Amino acid sequence: MYSASDLRKGLKVQLDGEPYIITDFDFSKPGKGQALYRTKMRNMITGNQFTQTYRSNDKFEKPDLEERTMQFLYSQGDEFHFMDTSSYEQIFLTREQLGDNLNFLMDNMEVQVLFFGGERPIDITLPIFVNLVVTRADPWVKGDTSGTDTKPVTVETGYKLQVPPFVVEGDRIQIDTRSGDYMTRVKE
Amino acid sequence: MLTPRGLQQRSHLLQAVRSFFFSKSYLEVDTPIRLPVLIPEAEIIPIQSEDWFLQTSPELCMKRLLAGGCPQLFQICPCFRSGERGRLHQQEFTMLEWYHTGWSYVELMDECEEMVRAVTVQLAAEEDARADISIHRAGKEISFASPWQRMTVQDAFQQYGGMSAGEAADKGKFDEILVERVEPNLGWQRPVFLYDYPISLASLARQKDENPEVAERFELYIGGVELANGFSELTDPEVQRQRFAHEIGSAGNGTTQQPMPEKFLQALADLPDCAGIALGLDRLLMLVVGAQTIADVLPFSERDL
Repeated sequence: MYSASDLRKGLKVQLDGEPYIITDFDFSKPGKGQALYRTKMRNMITGNQFTQTYRSNDKFEKPDLEERTMQFLYSQGDEFHFMDTSSYEQIFLTREQLGDNLNFLMDNMEVQVLFFGGERPIDITLPIFVNLVVTRADPWVKGDTSGTDTKPVTVETGYKLQVPPFVVEGDRIQIDTRSGDYMTRVKE
Repeated sequence: MLTPRGLQQRSHLLQAVRSFFFSKSYLEVDTPIRLPVLIPEAEIIPIQSEDWFLQTSPELCMKRLLAGGCPQLFQICPCFRSGERGRLHQQEFTMLEWYHTGWSYVELMDECEEMVRAVTVQLAAEEDARADISIHRAGKEISFASPWQRMTVQDAFQQYGGMSAGEAADKGKFDEILVERVEPNLGWQRPVFLYDYPISLASLARQKDENPEVAERFELYIGGVELANGFSELTDPEVQRQRFAHEIGSAGNGTTQQPMPEKFLQALADLPDCAGIALGLDRLLMLVVGAQTIADVLPFSERDL
């Protein structure tokens, strides 16, 4: 169990049988008054958000969350199938559940799948850095006076980002999946 | 951790505060911060130090000195409150507290306004000697020009809270409505003093003669930030004992049973009419330099240690 004084941004708690993550947190305490723990919560399954104020004597259950290493196998329609690399068990998550992770997800990639209640996959965490091949890059226009020192490219997943001018089609580049930013060009 | 420039601003603030009070003939005192008994307050959890406590406020010792014959006192000291962590809270923070005998909360509001203005001018002069005094917070300019606004708690609840202060207190929602609906609106054009609090929220303040429902207590707000809390001091030992007993009785979970401050109650019989105020010095510095949290103006915040 957590008590109100454990609440902070990023903490995961269980409310009405579902897992929530605290996305915003503020402690307030008017002079001579009670401590108030003001939170914004996001349901980790539905994505629904709400705000709620708690008091010192409120208690919270810890949600049963577990991460397992799994490999991305294939997609079929809106279902994305993963396999547990030790037990060979297979599960899928929907396009909606994966959201922006699809910008960087490649066949055979190993990811952390988050399970709620032991059975139910609800989210994935990608490796921090992924290497993707540039499939479309316009040549750098010499004498460009726009003042920018980057140009747009598209990688094999269809994701578009800004890179330095020397990156060309066919190059493999490293991207930080947390920010979606270009990191470096990868030598083959 | 503060930069050399940040430390300099903090040092200037302390100097400005001290020179203001010396110019008004106040005596600076430094009372012990580790005490065997504290003010019993239902909503404040003290930090223990062996079988004593770190002070949650210097109020008891300072009032005993006043009762002993000192007419005007001020103190700058650390205070400790367990579990209080947030943008405007640290478990250890710096309090400025001062008392003036022969005064009520009305004169003290005036002096608080004068002090904050004087300190802000002096700090601004260190920077760029601006003629006008104003601060910037959340993209708004707050003018410190006199006179500052004064508003009763009752009016503030009617205007922003959607119900009367009494109704909110009866429903056990006073704090919630104050924090969520009232406070965010206070002190954005000029600082505002909120005054006359329900008597149940002012354990050490004197009841107002004209209206027994409220106590002569005020709070200063600047840009939605609660900065100072003052009142006409209660000087009746019997009434004070009853109020303390009530606070001890309604203390929540996690609070060690607080003893009755007997030596203080004994001294209270000799306390002349006076008014006192506690101001969060870290919050004042935060506002004046335009920082977002008090951790940004502390030499070391908890996270730095």
